[in-house]
Amino acid sequence: MAALTKEETEALIQEVLEVYPEQARKDRAKHLAVNDQSLEKSNKCMTSNRKSLPGVMTVRGCAYAGSKGVVWGPIKDMIHISHGPVGCGQYSRAGRRNYYVGTTGINTFGTMNFTSDFQEKDIVFGGDKKLAKIMNEIEELFPLNKGISIQSECPIGLIGDDIEAVAKKANKEIGKPVVPVRCEGFRGVSQSLGHHIANDAIRDWVLENRDGDESFPTTPYDVAVIGDYNIGGDAWASRTLLEEMGLRVVAQWSGDGTIAEMEKTPKVKLNLIHCYRSMNYIARHMEEKYKIPWIEYNFFGPTKIAESLRKIAALFDETIQAGAEKVIAKYQAEYDAVIAKYKPRLQGKRVMLYVGGLRPRHVIGAYEDLGMEVVGTGYEFGHNDDYDRTIKEMGNATLIYDDVTGYEFEEFVKRVQPDLIGSGIKEKYIFQKMGIPFRQMHSWDYSGPYHGYDGFAIFARDMDMTLNNPCWKQVKAPWKTAESSNVAVAASA
Amino acid sequence: MARLRQCAIYGKGGIGKSTTTQNLVSALAELGNKVMIVGCDPKADSTRLILHAKAQTTIMSLAAEAGSVEDLELEDVLKVGYRDIKCVESGGPEPGVGCAGRGVITAINFLEEEGAYDDELDFVFYDVLGDVVCGGFAMPIRENKAQEIYIVCSGEMMAMYAANNIAKGIVKYANSGSVRLAGLICNSRETAREDELISALAAKIGTTMIHFVPRDNVVQRAEIRRMTVIEYEPGHKQAQEYRDLATKIRDNTNFIIPTPITMDELEELMMEFGIIDQEDESIIGVTAAAEATA
Repeated sequence: MAALTKEETEALIQEVLEVYPEQARKDRAKHLAVNDQSLEKSNKCMTSNRKSLPGVMTVRGCAYAGSKGVVWGPIKDMIHISHGPVGCGQYSRAGRRNYYVGTTGINTFGTMNFTSDFQEKDIVFGGDKKLAKIMNEIEELFPLNKGISIQSECPIGLIGDDIEAVAKKANKEIGKPVVPVRCEGFRGVSQSLGHHIANDAIRDWVLENRDGDESFPTTPYDVAVIGDYNIGGDAWASRTLLEEMGLRVVAQWSGDGTIAEMEKTPKVKLNLIHCYRSMNYIARHMEEKYKIPWIEYNFFGPTKIAESLRKIAALFDETIQAGAEKVIAKYQAEYDAVIAKYKPRLQGKRVMLYVGGLRPRHVIGAYEDLGMEVVGTGYEFGHNDDYDRTIKEMGNATLIYDDVTGYEFEEFVKRVQPDLIGSGIKEKYIFQKMGIPFRQMHSWDYSGPYHGYDGFAIFARDMDMTLNNPCWKQVKAPWKTAESSNVAVAASA
Repeated sequence: MARLRQCAIYGKGGIGKSTTTQNLVSALAELGNKVMIVGCDPKADSTRLILHAKAQTTIMSLAAEAGSVEDLELEDVLKVGYRDIKCVESGGPEPGVGCAGRGVITAINFLEEEGAYDDELDFVFYDVLGDVVCGGFAMPIRENKAQEIYIVCSGEMMAMYAANNIAKGIVKYANSGSVRLAGLICNSRETAREDELISALAAKIGTTMIHFVPRDNVVQRAEIRRMTVIEYEPGHKQAQEYRDLATKIRDNTNFIIPTPITMDELEELMMEFGIIDQEDESIIGVTAAAEATA
């Protein structure tokens, strides 16, 4: 179907808002916009990072999810205690596919669940003693751990446990970093505040650990990769490119990362930020305190990769700049072949996205490399600086939706009729049942990596495999068949 | 037999709730009633005069020892004292840690599930921590628990503020349930025209001063011996005061939804009785040093 005009898109938003009661309509109207590339600032058309309305379906998480699930959890050689009742830790265990190298349970702990399993008595009498005991047990049972983080669940903030005091004491006793994180789920409007709180904990409890220690030999080409969570191996596919162009990746945050890498990050020459939303805070802090510059980059799809490699190289000497060109040239035959194979199969296909972090804007280039167009996008927990960065990436008159509700998303899809939707597990089956090809763009649908040139080949294959799957010809929602047969009966009667 | 009456005693901290409750309950027992006291204060000092004990082992401390509250039996936590009065203490954390309110909720749920409120009982008295600081301390007045609330107060300014505030709390629960204010108990501090003042306050709130308990040193003498006056010196006139209070509560039918008054009304009332002076706005925020130079 033909693309909607600006007026049609505006009318669609109005129509979708129609069903809401007045107050909700006013509120939701601020979160839905028609893209206009001429705007410099998204606050002209959007509001974001606000509390979701009661009564709507939102897929947002909480501060604990942002800290434990996103920022801290992937640090593989630390043990992250989900401090509070058992559910938060158990239902977030190993859910994000942050790949890592190591022997789980021996020197790495990424997919395990450590919890203080709060009971009534811990609420009433406080959990500090139990926490101290757990840390001693951890030291005994898992002596190769390199540190502990305490991820607060809601009750910790309610009963006022002094986890900082427990952390300081344990740090003295075991001689390893012990990091208390006040990421109680009720704080903030989404997981976003959890990222910020987690960043602040890194700032306060980790980054200074090697201040004044010059024993780590540095080079002029030291960089840190920040905000790559190595989902399906993303960070590995990215790191290769950086190393091939002559940079030395000293630290990787936090996918397949270690506490030692975090501690060494203040020694690097440049911080490379992939997920700006979850890690910009710590990058800004290091810029201020350690004078380390930082830039954002995008490793989805060859166009953005080449752009990013050159942008990074421009901050170094000619050796690195030549290195970047060498990398781009080296992989050209490979990605040209990917495009040659898949572009004819995907050309002109239209995509709607609804994801979190960096993906609502970062994957647009990769789709465009395959001849596809992103006609709607939105962030679960973005702020206006995310939307500022999105305006130029999206075409004019496309749909932008913030913290989209289940109802709005379905209605938009029905009208826009995209060829593919990229979103999460909660949306997947709804849209598949509507007969629309769907890819999970949080977990790469258990595939990946999607970053780097290696990842692009997999990304292209996955999109083709989904979009051109013959099963879609067979899918018809049961009510559609029933309805049509009813109509037929009525007509013949 | 008669319906079980559940009563909660509230009031400002230090006003004498626990002492009054235990003397009152002893007098009710003396009248032949089967009574239980549920202490809802982490200090656990609501039953010591009945049990002649320092502090009863509490539900929460036993639960912590056993692992969880589900591991406890009723007889572990229920002690029987003077005139077969049943005693339990909810218990809770030391000041500054954990959540005492949750302790009260857990303890009361446990008592209900274990059937502590058996058919034999005539009265249950909840002796609750001074201020209703969070939802946990309102537990005794929620649906299907205490239906009668008595507020212990005196003619002192802060005690009256507290009484009015507690009345506000009761309104919230009264509108959604069957809890009612049943009266003010004046535990005398021998301020001027105290009984008149508390009667006037009670009238404004919509209730009555159910009894005026005079001050007497025999209460302290009995307490030192960890006894109520009823037990220590049954013939003393103070014991008779508690008996009168007990009789009035037994016969009380005046249960109302309170009409708490505004701060201004309360201050007006106190001025009328000379508890506080007419406010002199010219002195507000002026230090002693500034006054001296003025």
